[in-house]
Amino acid sequence: MADVTFTVDGKKLTAPAGTLLIDACKAAGIEIPAFCYYPNLSLQAACRMCVVRIEKMPKLQTACTTPVAEGMVVQTETDEIKQARKATIELLLGNHPLDCPVCDAGGECELQDMTFKYGAAESKYIEIKQHREEQQWSPVVYFDRPRCILCYRCVRVCGEGMDVWALGIQNRGVSAVIAPNGQDHLNCEECGMCIDLCPVGALTSGTYRYKTRPWEMNHVATICTHCGDGCKTTLGVRRVNDGSEIVRGDNRDKSGINGDFLCNKGRYAFDFANRTDRLTKPLVRQSDGKLAEVSWDHALDFAAKKLREIREAKGGQSIGVIGSNRTTNEENYLLQKFARTILGTNNIDHHRTADYVAFAAALADKSGHTAGLRDTGSAPAILLLGNNPTDQHPALAWNLRSNVRLNRSRLYVANHAEIKLRRQAKSFLEIPQDGYASLIQYLAGNDGAIAANDNAAAFRDAIRKEESLLIIFGSEYRGRDIQALVDFGLSLPNTKFAALGDYVNSRGAADMGLLPDLLPGYVPVTKAEHFTDEYGAALPTAPGLDLLQMFDAAQRGDLSALYVVGSNPVARFGVDPDALKHTFLVVQDMFLTETAQLADVVFPAANLYEKAGTVTNTYGDIQLVKKAADKAGVRTDFELIVRLADRMGADPKKLVPFGKGTFADMGQSRGAQSGEADRHAVWLAANHLEPKLSPFDPFATLDEIQRLVPSYQVSRLELLTGTDQPEKFGLVQIQPATGRRDLVLPADDSLFTSGTLGRYSGMLKDIVESHTTPNPAETAAD
Amino acid sequence: MPRLVSHPDEVKIISRRFGQGATDIDKYIELDGYKAVQTAIEKGADWIIAEMKASGLRGRGGAGFPTGMKWSFVPKQSERPKYVLVNGDESEPGTCKDHVIFLHDPHAVVEGTMIAGLAIGAKMGFIYLRGEYRYLLKIMEKAVADAYAKGFLGKNIFGSGIDFDIVTQTGAGAYEVGEESALMESLEGKRGVPRIKPPFPAVVGLYGGPTVINNAETIASVPHILLMGGEAYAKVGSERNGGTRLFGISGHVERPGVYELPMGYNLKKAIYEVAGGIRGGRGLKAVVPGGSSTPVLKPEEIDVGLDFDQMGKAGTMLGSGGIVVIDDQTCMVEFALRTIKFYQHESCGWCIPCREGTDWLKKTIGRVHAGGGVDKDLDNIRYLAENMMGRTFCPLGDAAAMPTIGFIKKFRNEFEDHLNGKPCPYAHTEEPALV
Amino acid sequence: MSTSATTIFSPETAARFDRLVTLYPVKRSALIPMLLYAQDEIGYISDEVVAEIAQRIGITELDVRNVLSYYSMLRTKPAGKYNVQVCTNISCMLRDGYGILEHCKKRLGIGHKEVTPDGLFSLEEVECIGACCWAPAVQINYDFYDELTPEKMDQILDDYQAGRGKETV
Repeated sequence: MADVTFTVDGKKLTAPAGTLLIDACKAAGIEIPAFCYYPNLSLQAACRMCVVRIEKMPKLQTACTTPVAEGMVVQTETDEIKQARKATIELLLGNHPLDCPVCDAGGECELQDMTFKYGAAESKYIEIKQHREEQQWSPVVYFDRPRCILCYRCVRVCGEGMDVWALGIQNRGVSAVIAPNGQDHLNCEECGMCIDLCPVGALTSGTYRYKTRPWEMNHVATICTHCGDGCKTTLGVRRVNDGSEIVRGDNRDKSGINGDFLCNKGRYAFDFANRTDRLTKPLVRQSDGKLAEVSWDHALDFAAKKLREIREAKGGQSIGVIGSNRTTNEENYLLQKFARTILGTNNIDHHRTADYVAFAAALADKSGHTAGLRDTGSAPAILLLGNNPTDQHPALAWNLRSNVRLNRSRLYVANHAEIKLRRQAKSFLEIPQDGYASLIQYLAGNDGAIAANDNAAAFRDAIRKEESLLIIFGSEYRGRDIQALVDFGLSLPNTKFAALGDYVNSRGAADMGLLPDLLPGYVPVTKAEHFTDEYGAALPTAPGLDLLQMFDAAQRGDLSALYVVGSNPVARFGVDPDALKHTFLVVQDMFLTETAQLADVVFPAANLYEKAGTVTNTYGDIQLVKKAADKAGVRTDFELIVRLADRMGADPKKLVPFGKGTFADMGQSRGAQSGEADRHAVWLAANHLEPKLSPFDPFATLDEIQRLVPSYQVSRLELLTGTDQPEKFGLVQIQPATGRRDLVLPADDSLFTSGTLGRYSGMLKDIVESHTTPNPAETAAD
Repeated sequence: MPRLVSHPDEVKIISRRFGQGATDIDKYIELDGYKAVQTAIEKGADWIIAEMKASGLRGRGGAGFPTGMKWSFVPKQSERPKYVLVNGDESEPGTCKDHVIFLHDPHAVVEGTMIAGLAIGAKMGFIYLRGEYRYLLKIMEKAVADAYAKGFLGKNIFGSGIDFDIVTQTGAGAYEVGEESALMESLEGKRGVPRIKPPFPAVVGLYGGPTVINNAETIASVPHILLMGGEAYAKVGSERNGGTRLFGISGHVERPGVYELPMGYNLKKAIYEVAGGIRGGRGLKAVVPGGSSTPVLKPEEIDVGLDFDQMGKAGTMLGSGGIVVIDDQTCMVEFALRTIKFYQHESCGWCIPCREGTDWLKKTIGRVHAGGGVDKDLDNIRYLAENMMGRTFCPLGDAAAMPTIGFIKKFRNEFEDHLNGKPCPYAHTEEPALV
Repeated sequence: MSTSATTIFSPETAARFDRLVTLYPVKRSALIPMLLYAQDEIGYISDEVVAEIAQRIGITELDVRNVLSYYSMLRTKPAGKYNVQVCTNISCMLRDGYGILEHCKKRLGIGHKEVTPDGLFSLEEVECIGACCWAPAVQINYDFYDELTPEKMDQILDDYQAGRGKETV
């Protein structure tokens, strides 16, 4: 819309016509207070805090409902306005319990801030405040009625934003109260958005309430470790005896890729990190067959010695490596480099949840056709094929809903199930479970590909009329089907694609070459020249064993050692424990998982919240991971790989070429309480090296990744400031072998599960148990 | 059964069929019923609106917006269907005029609704009655059914090729629903909470379509205006205030009742002559002139004409035409308390100043009346009310604040007499229970 | 859906509801009348009423509760067979509405929103019922009684007690 010019507090401002005055002012640095207004939710004009004086209007007007107009003259902070706001606050405080000293919101409370600003300090009433007991509505949502100021943000975000509609408003007048759909409890998706948006302490979180005060925490914005959307979550951490503990997860600054959104996992499922049954000491299997705690020296030496012996006796091809979907790009990259240059094997793989290889191949040489998560919130038309984002990609689901609601985007959904997002769909096509490939043929023009029906014809016509289309597909599409899908998409005028995989760094694991046939950046192992030059070492050129082949080999007695980093393949793939009887098994993990229980050596590993680096979400958005918490005794996978290499006699400086690049990390990635900087310093001092760089600096590895993987040549500066950077997927050069096994096994997580990791979250367990029909989804692995 | 009253000063236009059995459709037709609508069909929308503008009819709900102008705001072309919505959610304390219209002349409402529909190009009208008016709803339902049976409603009304349907609707107890946008919410099956304006109902109203919302008395006046001509109707009233109005005079008068008086009729005369003066020969203490939300007048202020403009000049409002007369043995604190108690009970709870303000006013005035008041309470009452004025989402906040300011300003001495543990020197009833 | 055996309403009411939802451009417009008519038949808005009406209209039970709790005539607990609603708002107050209320309290032996042990009467102090010019006024269920005195009130209650009261529904 055309711009209009208007005056606020004597300043001439310009904004597009139709912009709400409150937003236009905010953009110009003029803050107008509001309790009920929340961007992108329906307007309420209920709190009356945003009142302003507009010339020629008889009464004060609400800035949240007034669109700017040409020539409008506005005052936002006159005595009259201050008095109006003060009076409103006085009215609220009349019944609001002044339990700020124990209230979770104390220090982060909008009512407190406004009281401070407008000085409603005098109590005008002598009546006793009405008290009501706090109610627990779900494992994570508590409601304190007297604190509620009835701004209706919770009701709106639950309904309009989440399409859950679990909160309502009952009674009227001063008896009006927010009410949950189960009368005394909530039946909902437990996203916690209601708590997030609550301007006061009326809605509080079961994981955080009465634990600490906001100012006692450090707030570290990092990336959630759960699903493939890679949302930014801000972890509130505080010092405890054995490090620093995560007390809270929330979406504090809303600057991340997820905008306003965060789901229950990003918000609550950090508690695995604080469990007392975490491994904090290395374990080595003793002669009695039992695992026992040993010193780090002993464990590292023992593992390194065995691996070296096996490599020397039987060759690298007798060793396998399985990486993780939840470790950083730098760790994954380092693991493959370790496997290929030190163990001398291409037997490396991970639990694959999407066929990124086929996707890369289909888009090879075609730049500008991948979509980031942000694009899903703005694309004018979207075709969603397969998957159930509401459960498996909550941020994507939020974006799709918001896009339809706010931008009138057209959503087309084809699925074998009646997924919830069909409610936002302009058109929903139910197809058979095995009908995804045929659907593409049909969309591409093959009328006989599916049984003729009008709905499908209308669906196809509508899609083909779109001038710009974003196609998002689930792991139902693999191999040649992805090629066909991309070919169809590219036959339309302007198409982008997104492939949905399941965990925080599943895409990164594939990108970083945790694959038996492909190096980082999908370079075939047969064409390793570039890498050989960089590494100054020869790489094995024959494709290695994939994950299933490794276990088959183990069963046959052909796999002498297996190094598993942050993964639980024994549970996920149903591996017979006996198969590993003759394999020397080294496992790095937080817990004694089914896989770790079979290990000869177990190293206690840090999780994603305890390290720095980068991760790549399923859309190819590369993001910075910052170290938030710390646990005495655990080590990052990065450090463990380096130390293992060191003990095997390799040169750490070759493995992690620090000092070689120009970027490195200047400390930006480290949480304030991390202790990581100290560890750098100790090592550097001991080795007479320049400051700030060490073999434990993942950013030295990121330098190398950026040298070798063209699609990762993104702005380092932006990355380090916490801005997501889209991977340049079109730069990938790949010719995959024909007949390649995709080996994709979808995680099938529900909204409240998250693989093996989720099993260690008490909060997720409580949520699952509190829901009357727990989803019996697979909860193993990763 | 509400008693019909009569006085020689009355000009019976809207009430001319009262008491004549006009609930019967044939009787209604005999009394010139359904003639106006046929003329309206013949002459068309522009003519209707011109006549309405000429009549000077102003909305009888209380705000007094010119009806003809309101209708002319509805866009001629609209993608969404247009609607007529008749507001029979009569709930303002002191007001019972629509009650007698529904009771005695239901077809006038039906016919008026049809004419409004013709004027704006609507094909559907809703007549919303408050839930307590069940027996009147039955009368309205019968009137509508009889009109359908005669072919006056439904397809092709009066052979015009125009279709028009009417649905009657019941509320379920909520004063706030009398606010036009809250009324639409209620009719859409929701909580009776007002909507943000703009957009105004004439552009985006019921079910998102352009909607004209008129008070039942306004609508019932329409056929009469078309029958007698807009100009003739205008002449009956005072300047810029066309026609007559049903005034309900209640409280301490000898002959309470609903009287039809020309706009501009003198308030003092209405009380002392039409309604027979103060009951039992007592003195007059105060008059609430237009329903409970209008600021109170003292005896020396009542020599004023009953129209929107003159009442405005007198520092009050014509409101809903419900004149409540208060004698000299009444406690004004108790009266103020009963008034604010009502608004506290009826506040929808949407916005803070009204939701919290009415509650604190009720608590504070209640405490003062009960003898528990302290000095600062009186300033506090006024401070509270003044800080509600003009700050609430809808006019209910003003409706609560305005009379309160009036009471505390004009009868502050009575509030003071209650302070410091003194029992009520005026009241002869117990402290009102909480509803 | 009235033909379905699952309805909790009488065939007449169920049929009425079937028709109600067809009258308006959107089904939901039938919600408030349905709740009121359901209350007339069942005596109050029970959980079962909420469930069936939610289903008939195609909205959530929470939605139904949000709405029903807003309107003061709708109740979620049973009242007496005859609900005596005494107006005490200004016009009635000026003409001894509180006297009538007190009289009813004494005569029935119950207070505001209470029910007599035999379930015959309940009492409620209500806001303005639109009978200001014929004050003081009382509604028993849907029937109006005006220009009341304690004596007239007694007569009316006697009539209801004896089963001779009016019963507009």
